[in-house]
Amino acid sequence: MSTTYTTNQFRAGLKVSLDNDPCVIIESEFVKPGKGQAFTRVKLRNLKTNRVLERTFKSGETIEGADIVETSMQYLYKDGEGYHFMDPKSYEQYHAPAEVVSDAALWLKEEAECLVTLHNNAVIQVTPPMFVELEVVETEPGIRGDTAGTGGKTAKLETGAVVRVPLFVEVGERLKLDTRTAAYVGRVKE
Amino acid sequence: MTTPSEWEPTAPLAALQLRARLLARTREFFAVRGVLEVETPILGASTATDPHIESLRTVVAGSPRFLQTSPELFMKRLLAAGAGPIYQIGKVFRDGESGSRHNPEFTLLEWYRPGLDHHGLMDEVDQLLQEVLGCSPPVRESYFDAFEPRVGADPHRASAAELQSRVEALGIHAVGSSGFSREDWLHLLMAEAVEPHLGTERPHFLYDFPRELRALARIRKGAPGEPDVAERFEVFYHGLELGNGYHELTDAAEQRQRFFDDLAARRALGRPEVFLDERMIAALEHGLPSCAGVALGFDRLVMLAANVSSIRAVLSFTIDRA
Repeated sequence: MSTTYTTNQFRAGLKVSLDNDPCVIIESEFVKPGKGQAFTRVKLRNLKTNRVLERTFKSGETIEGADIVETSMQYLYKDGEGYHFMDPKSYEQYHAPAEVVSDAALWLKEEAECLVTLHNNAVIQVTPPMFVELEVVETEPGIRGDTAGTGGKTAKLETGAVVRVPLFVEVGERLKLDTRTAAYVGRVKE
Repeated sequence: MTTPSEWEPTAPLAALQLRARLLARTREFFAVRGVLEVETPILGASTATDPHIESLRTVVAGSPRFLQTSPELFMKRLLAAGAGPIYQIGKVFRDGESGSRHNPEFTLLEWYRPGLDHHGLMDEVDQLLQEVLGCSPPVRESYFDAFEPRVGADPHRASAAELQSRVEALGIHAVGSSGFSREDWLHLLMAEAVEPHLGTERPHFLYDFPRELRALARIRKGAPGEPDVAERFEVFYHGLELGNGYHELTDAAEQRQRFFDDLAARRALGRPEVFLDERMIAALEHGLPSCAGVALGFDRLVMLAANVSSIRAVLSFTIDRA
């Protein structure tokens, strides 16, 4: 049983269910003609599609709160069904189709701790850890002595992501990367 | 929890000084025109019956009293008593109205001019705005002329279903609109499709409203084949609904009927019951001179003069700090 919100409780950040989709309120404005029906003009972001929607509510209308849970989970494996995650506290397993995992898949290595967003207990978003350590599986041979890392080349990582790295990086090395920008942070010493 | 800065006023002191100057200038405007300043009670035994305005209630010596949502009813009793042209600057109270341009208690400037119709009073509102805000002369057009080209429907004749289809065609997504009357659709279309275009450079007056939006304005019978219109006007400036005026209804029997209609509408909407103002009707029976009246949101006037978009910036303490 989820919470119900009336228009006068609307505020930025509130998570609500609109046409069965989870949304977050971005902006809410009270619109009242001196005489006549009052309205609440709302801007929302659909948390599944990221699309911004505009709705004009009759004041006093109610909306269901969205049952949104963000929780840390371990990535287990991928199969024909999609990607599988486990809640390390309850050992409960969840799966997410490829279109939900989207670009996060480029950073997922087994056992990685991800932030998983659940709506009505279904995965709607997967956020990879901010920093990951991954092995280089493909790149041009390294140029020794270029420790300043002034130049650049591309390298393919074990998860399939292709990133810009300095010229000295070799196949088999482990790199630390920032998943928000796909930026190279440094080499990881074994 | 109270944070350390919550004792502070919401408006900068400069805005409060500006408010004081505007008050002085407004009083000067009426003084030179021979309009009498009056004060009427905030605590009344009855209140506005408008289905979309909620009064705050209190108890005085065991009797229920309403905090007035507008001084209109009392000022009309003064007019019936022969007060002549009168104005008032005072606090009014409306429950549930809170937002970037609303506060549950706010200051209204209201005045009445015996002998004028809504066009004559629009002239005077225009003079006040030019004097107090230093703005350009306004645009003046009928409600129809502002509405029809932007909405694609005749506001006087289109049915509720036609207005609803225009709402959908314009890409407006209304939530909770089942059972909307023609009046409700007109309000929605005004708010979403018309008002955003009004008063961007100069004040914009709209006059001659659809019949259903008459409130306490008199109805002017249309010529054969033409719709009746309510002799009401509103003025908009920089996205704010600044004022609302009427060529006032003076017919006591019709006034009583409108009160009854409002009370029925309130019951249908499940709004709290209010009492009909018999003393005001008695004043109309005695004789209200033919007159026009208008209410201007004074805080919004200060917002325009201060060039700010939030009412917080012109009120000493908004409700959350009061």
